[in-house]
Amino acid sequence: MKIERRVISVIVLNEHGVLSRITGLFAARGYNIETLTVAPIPGSKYSRLTIVTSGSPRVIEQIIKQLHKLIPVYKVIEHSELVEKEMVMAKIPLEERLSDVEALCRAYNGNIVNIGKDTAIIMAADEPSRIKNFIEALKRFNPKEIVRSGVVAIER
Amino acid sequence: MAQMSGAQMVVEAMREEGVEVVFGYPGGAIMNVYDEIYKHKYFQHILTRHEQAAVHAADGYARATGKVGVAFVTSGPGFTNAVTGLATAYMDSIPMVVISGQVPLSMIGTDAFQEIDAVGISRPCTKHNFLVKSAEELPLILAEAFYLARTGRPGPVHVDIPKDVTAQIAEFDYPKEVRLETYKPTIKGNARQIRKAVEAIANAKKPVFYLGGGIIHSDSADLVRRIVKATQIPAVETLMARGTLRYDDPMLLGMVGMHGTYAANMAMSEADLLIALGPRFDDRVTGKLSEFAKYAKIIHVDIDPSSIGKLVHVDYPIVGDLKAVLEEMAPLIEQKIDPERYEAWREILGRYQELHPLTYEDSDKVLKPEWVIQRVGEKLKGKARISTDVGQHQMWTAQYYPFTRPREFITSGGLGTMGFGFPAAMGVKRGVPDEISINFTGDGSILMNIQELMTAVEYRLPVINIILNNNYLGMVRQWQTFFYDKRYAETDLSMQPDFVKLAESFGGVGYRVKTKEEFDKALDDAISKGVVALIDVVIDRYENVLPMVPAGGSLYNMLLEYKD
Repeated sequence: MKIERRVISVIVLNEHGVLSRITGLFAARGYNIETLTVAPIPGSKYSRLTIVTSGSPRVIEQIIKQLHKLIPVYKVIEHSELVEKEMVMAKIPLEERLSDVEALCRAYNGNIVNIGKDTAIIMAADEPSRIKNFIEALKRFNPKEIVRSGVVAIER
Repeated sequence: MAQMSGAQMVVEAMREEGVEVVFGYPGGAIMNVYDEIYKHKYFQHILTRHEQAAVHAADGYARATGKVGVAFVTSGPGFTNAVTGLATAYMDSIPMVVISGQVPLSMIGTDAFQEIDAVGISRPCTKHNFLVKSAEELPLILAEAFYLARTGRPGPVHVDIPKDVTAQIAEFDYPKEVRLETYKPTIKGNARQIRKAVEAIANAKKPVFYLGGGIIHSDSADLVRRIVKATQIPAVETLMARGTLRYDDPMLLGMVGMHGTYAANMAMSEADLLIALGPRFDDRVTGKLSEFAKYAKIIHVDIDPSSIGKLVHVDYPIVGDLKAVLEEMAPLIEQKIDPERYEAWREILGRYQELHPLTYEDSDKVLKPEWVIQRVGEKLKGKARISTDVGQHQMWTAQYYPFTRPREFITSGGLGTMGFGFPAAMGVKRGVPDEISINFTGDGSILMNIQELMTAVEYRLPVINIILNNNYLGMVRQWQTFFYDKRYAETDLSMQPDFVKLAESFGGVGYRVKTKEEFDKALDDAISKGVVALIDVVIDRYENVLPMVPAGGSLYNMLLEYKD
């Protein structure tokens, strides 16, 4: 069966151990987690998890049903159209041509955010597929460290 | 309401929930709670001799009565011993609340004496679990635990309570009603789906009822009997559904699956429609999935959406409480379905039944386990609850005992826990004291919780353990015979205790029997004396459970006999 990538948003009660229930479920049933982000939803007792996973349609269906079955899960959002963004930060040595680096960042909704003794810290925020391209393009500036945030998504 | 300690809240909550018995074992972290048990005596506490047995006993009690079973254990090893019991109940969807002590909050995470991450361990083998952080939240958590255990798809719930929380004083206001924003099981089935399913039955030529454990949990056996009678559609039962139909119901083809009857397995294989009521398409039922019911459309009714379509594509999914769905469905079925329609199908299956009935070769030289089970059935049919351990004896019991009603057969299906039977049968006896409690067991299984002889004798829970003793770990031995060229690796159990003396040393009664007459005498004696008994029945060492679908094989490829 065809393996597909899927972004799933899970709204959960913000309580002790809830993250371990989610990750434990994925581990126990052998589901993939490509990225996972989690943060409280402002002004509520809920948190929002965004999970990027992959599997056959049957596996994806099971993942969604199993998530629903967890008691602290309020809502699983998967069917609607989602706008996805991911952020990436990197350290670039100061010897590189920072004007070129800055131009690249701009093309991906980013900027130079900090300049230190030896390195400049840059960031970009864009669709996950574009972030992949960005990281590819960044390579020629010899990045010392790259940190990705994982995907966050919101319904259209 | 009243101010009280967390420990007192625990016993008050039991009273609020109408708990009449708790099985348990005390220890350091849960002593405050035991002190309140001592003071209040709201319920009977049965001290088992091992925490695993406490949980199995609560489980047996729940299976026999339909009520929530309750067990108390202490932290660390007390809790880890209870895990097999939780997992057993989880796999079979049994409503249960298990409360464990925990080290004080301030010591959590310090590797304190008898500390273990209990909620971390119980998470994958419970429906839900709680670590209680303060006495204020205890009443709500306990009410939620009982509510979660018995609603929706039932299951065990674990509540871990640190010792200092049981000492804290707070307000006890037990919620009369629990409402959870994030948990709302679907009860009523979708009316359109139900109509479509009835339509599918009306249009089918070869339909089969595939009856699962959900029928027992939802107490809908009466409704199932009604629609089976109205439609005259043949039915198969899973292990967990035994007793849904009476053993002599003409529509019952027997158990389905690895050790199912020829007719039941062929019915599944040739059907054009499966009407699946509360089963979960377990691998021991389906065999090779790609060959399973491959000509059939499938109707699947289940309260757990994740059960539907998990392993097999379902054409008519209906999410809902089986009882509520069948209440909607039954009148439609009675109105629309003409039983005449399936006459040809019934005839085919009738021929399969005649061709390969469930059978064994009796002997006058050695006792056959099938005979022993049938004999108990002749004597106690409808008057006893039948528990089992796990192995050959379990399958023979499922095949040969004449079940008459739901909750009559108590067995560990999903997890297959050896050592389950005896403590479960104690819980059964406590739950239905007016009936005889039999435990069919093996010489392997019985030793896995043999210490419970002491509990059963102390609390006068006269369980009759019938050990079908073949001096082997029989089911594994059978697989070694069939699939490993008789290399009997570590399955010979010839080294055995004297079960008669063993029973006597605990204050029970033991019998060793080798003939039919001796067996009759022993069983009659144990029943008339009303004692805790071990009946050590020496059976044919090499008897196999047949038919058998080899693991991973197709249902229609059964081994029907084995000749050396």
